[in-house]
Amino acid sequence: MTLALRERLIPFSLPTTDGHTVSPEQFADAPVLGVVFWCNHCPYVKAWESRMIALQKEYASRGVRFILISSNDPAKYPEDSFEAMKTVAREKGYPFPYAFDESQEVARRYGATRTPEVFLFDRSRTLRYHGAPDDNFENPDAVTQRYLKDAIDALLAGGEPAVTETPPKGCTIKWKG
Amino acid sequence: MRIEFLYWEDCPSHAEALARLRQALAEEGVRDDVQVIRVDTQEDAERHAFPGSPTIRIDGVDLQPEGVQGRTLLTCRTYVTDEGRLSPLPTISMIRRALRAHRGPHKEVNDDTRPA
Repeated sequence: MTLALRERLIPFSLPTTDGHTVSPEQFADAPVLGVVFWCNHCPYVKAWESRMIALQKEYASRGVRFILISSNDPAKYPEDSFEAMKTVAREKGYPFPYAFDESQEVARRYGATRTPEVFLFDRSRTLRYHGAPDDNFENPDAVTQRYLKDAIDALLAGGEPAVTETPPKGCTIKWKG
Repeated sequence: MRIEFLYWEDCPSHAEALARLRQALAEEGVRDDVQVIRVDTQEDAERHAFPGSPTIRIDGVDLQPEGVQGRTLLTCRTYVTDEGRLSPLPTISMIRRALRAHRGPHKEVNDDTRPA
């Protein structure tokens, strides 16, 4: 079952492409924290990638942090191997930790099903937005609803996001077995 | 003209892609049927030389052959649009251009709007 709105963040600790380990506790001071299920191979991820990078850079000075997690089975999708993740993170200059959920346990506990899929938490680490980054994966210039950005703005202002849930739009997470 | 549309149900782009294909065919005056092929297993993918969903072939020629890379896999496919953006969907203009390129300057199509 997918983590529900107002439920608490589920802790995790995962290896990242920069050779470290990431856990949400490392960003205890962040007023807003996004846990984003991600991967290398999915065209929806590729379509949203530059927007997510830009969003992280735009809000970094205000303490907003994203953690990206790939849970895909690299045996079936070699493009999503940890080594390939390291290459993408380096080449694209990812401004966020990119973590490998090899056991797929984090994705299962969150109930994530797609890439990309955003879980956005407030300062007390309760879930306040879940879904897609915006309403147009195909054309950034044609976006009319900036779900993630608007939710971040609302939380930073101490308010309630106008939209709290949208259907995640993307590739399915590639489970083992 | 033999028009094939291959898709994998798990990839959510297929309905929109098929709609775009039908719109492109209508706009180009092509009335040939579209053969819709659902790919469910890796064995299906190999049998159809399926590089990802959605895939459009016109007389066996892929819409964007440079995106095929010789692989067969149950996956969503990435297209590069005219603007250089990466997308899970081909644009209508890409499909129309492929239809025109395949038709060539001397090939006839079913177009009642042309003068006799």
